[in-house]
Amino acid sequence: MATISIKGVQKSYGTFTALHGIDLEIADQEFLVLLGASGCGKTTLLRIVAGLNSPSRGSVKIGGNEVTHLPPRSRGISMVFQNYAVFPHLTVFENIAFGLRMQKLEKAEVERRVRRCAGLMHIEGLLERYSGQLSGGQRQRVAVARALAMEPSVLLMDEPLSNLDALLRLEMRAELKSVLQESRTTTVYVTHDQVEAMSLADRIAVMHGGHIVQVATPIEVYRNPATRFVGGFIGSPPMNFLPAEAVEGGWQVAGKRYEGPRADGLEFGIRPEDLEPAEAGFAGEVRVIEPLGAHQLVTMNVAGQLFRAVLDSDRRVSLGETLTLAPRPDRVRWFDTASGLAVAA
Amino acid sequence: MISKRALPYLLLLPATVFLIVFFVLPFLQVAWYAVTDDGGFTLQHFETMRQDWKFMPALTNTFLLVIIIVPIQIALSLGMASLVTKMKTGRELVLYIWTIPLGISDLAAGLIWLSILDQTGFMNSVLFHLGVVDQPVNHLLYNDYPALIAAVVLAEVWRSTAIVLVVLVAGMGLIPKEYGEAAEVFGASPWKRFIKVTLPLLRPSLQTALILRTILAFEVFAVAVALTGTNLPVLMSETFHWQFDLQDRHVASAYALVLLAVSIAFTLVYLRVLRVREEERA
Repeated sequence: MATISIKGVQKSYGTFTALHGIDLEIADQEFLVLLGASGCGKTTLLRIVAGLNSPSRGSVKIGGNEVTHLPPRSRGISMVFQNYAVFPHLTVFENIAFGLRMQKLEKAEVERRVRRCAGLMHIEGLLERYSGQLSGGQRQRVAVARALAMEPSVLLMDEPLSNLDALLRLEMRAELKSVLQESRTTTVYVTHDQVEAMSLADRIAVMHGGHIVQVATPIEVYRNPATRFVGGFIGSPPMNFLPAEAVEGGWQVAGKRYEGPRADGLEFGIRPEDLEPAEAGFAGEVRVIEPLGAHQLVTMNVAGQLFRAVLDSDRRVSLGETLTLAPRPDRVRWFDTASGLAVAA
Repeated sequence: MISKRALPYLLLLPATVFLIVFFVLPFLQVAWYAVTDDGGFTLQHFETMRQDWKFMPALTNTFLLVIIIVPIQIALSLGMASLVTKMKTGRELVLYIWTIPLGISDLAAGLIWLSILDQTGFMNSVLFHLGVVDQPVNHLLYNDYPALIAAVVLAEVWRSTAIVLVVLVAGMGLIPKEYGEAAEVFGASPWKRFIKVTLPLLRPSLQTALILRTILAFEVFAVAVALTGTNLPVLMSETFHWQFDLQDRHVASAYALVLLAVSIAFTLVYLRVLRVREEERA
């Protein structure tokens, strides 16, 4: 059982606070993704779990054991680094075996585990090579194989795919998912790429400014963002927001009345794909049309705001045309203007 | 208009001319003195050198000093460089302080240690005042061989460890932090990290430091003369002795050539043993 329990973890560098009292519970065998823009504190949090950084306050437990003050090697973790950190002076075999040799495992066992993990990552043919003779993708595979060979209770990954080119990233993503699903290791994965987060995670923890703003399943994070920030950060294109004005029995949004929750001030949010052409709705002038294959991304001007819609590419749209789009009622979200928090309808 | 291909060679020309005039020509001249007499080829000077009663002591003393001094300096520098690399604040200050002895000439360094170690020196006064010794003791007696060696080792280590340190600190700074962190995560204790990761990745800097320091250690001279006079002959002091006291530039040249050969031999060994093969380069 390797649960991870993070309680009140705070990290300050001088006057700058990188993490503000983080609380996070990660279940055994769960794949949790820490998602956020650069500088949000996600890597700092991962390094605190790894033991490479120590928190200014708070505690970390792995598998129920207090590890806050233990060095990385006593935590039962292994890690994949952003720049791979494959040792250049060792062969691929010795790189994968590094952790096993440190544990003083028997020679036969080392050999068995190295071959098995190299097989999983399809690098059996590279075992005698050095890092300098490998491509970026191959180095990445070595780094993952080295982490898996430890048979750790917790696997930590710091933006492992960010240095690969787009096509290779797609391939490695699928491969990682299948390998990790099989190994059933509790995994914490840091990324700034929301597609990566969506496709890999059991749960996503969205981080912003040193806080965790939402922890939920990928679909939940997408459909029901906890804050305006999450709605604007997740989804490509992101959620549309329009100011709402309180009127008798509801809210006036871009000239149209909607029923909404009672609050002091609200913003109206709708995802671009949740808009359909209709007789009545948001009317706006088409500014940009971007065909994307299956869909087209239409940017309009609604009530002076940029407003994006994803429409079927068969629908004819022309520049300058005034398009009227209606939001799917069940997909409308409301956010408190002052706090940015989602308000249930 | 100078063509682009010629430009690099042109820029190298002044340095090349300088080296030819002030290094290659004098070297050829020395080599010539060593193997000729009145214009004819001879090995007589090497024979004279070999049969000189001070040749073997000078050779042994020089090797002994190198074999003691260089490992001590490398070990000390590795330790100091590891400490400095880990420091977050005050790193520059500590480095400046540790490198102060570099700014002192070797003769001055020898004299400083003489004033500490000799019969009327600081060490004796302190020991005497503390009541450890009844009367000042002369630590640098001509027949106390271990003491003479120890004194020169001490002064040389004090004087020139910093040059190794500077090279190694720069080298350690070049090793990406992630390698150390990866080793840490994969279970290596601090000592194992040092042995398995830092040292192998430090090979290029170690090589530079070793070559530099070993060549300079073979040229030990002023410190030995200042501390021991003629009681501890070394190859350089014998070269000096033959050139200026005995006025025999031929034998002096032979000594110089021996030094050169030894330096080249050690450099080749270091280049070979500490080489980083093509495929090991990140």
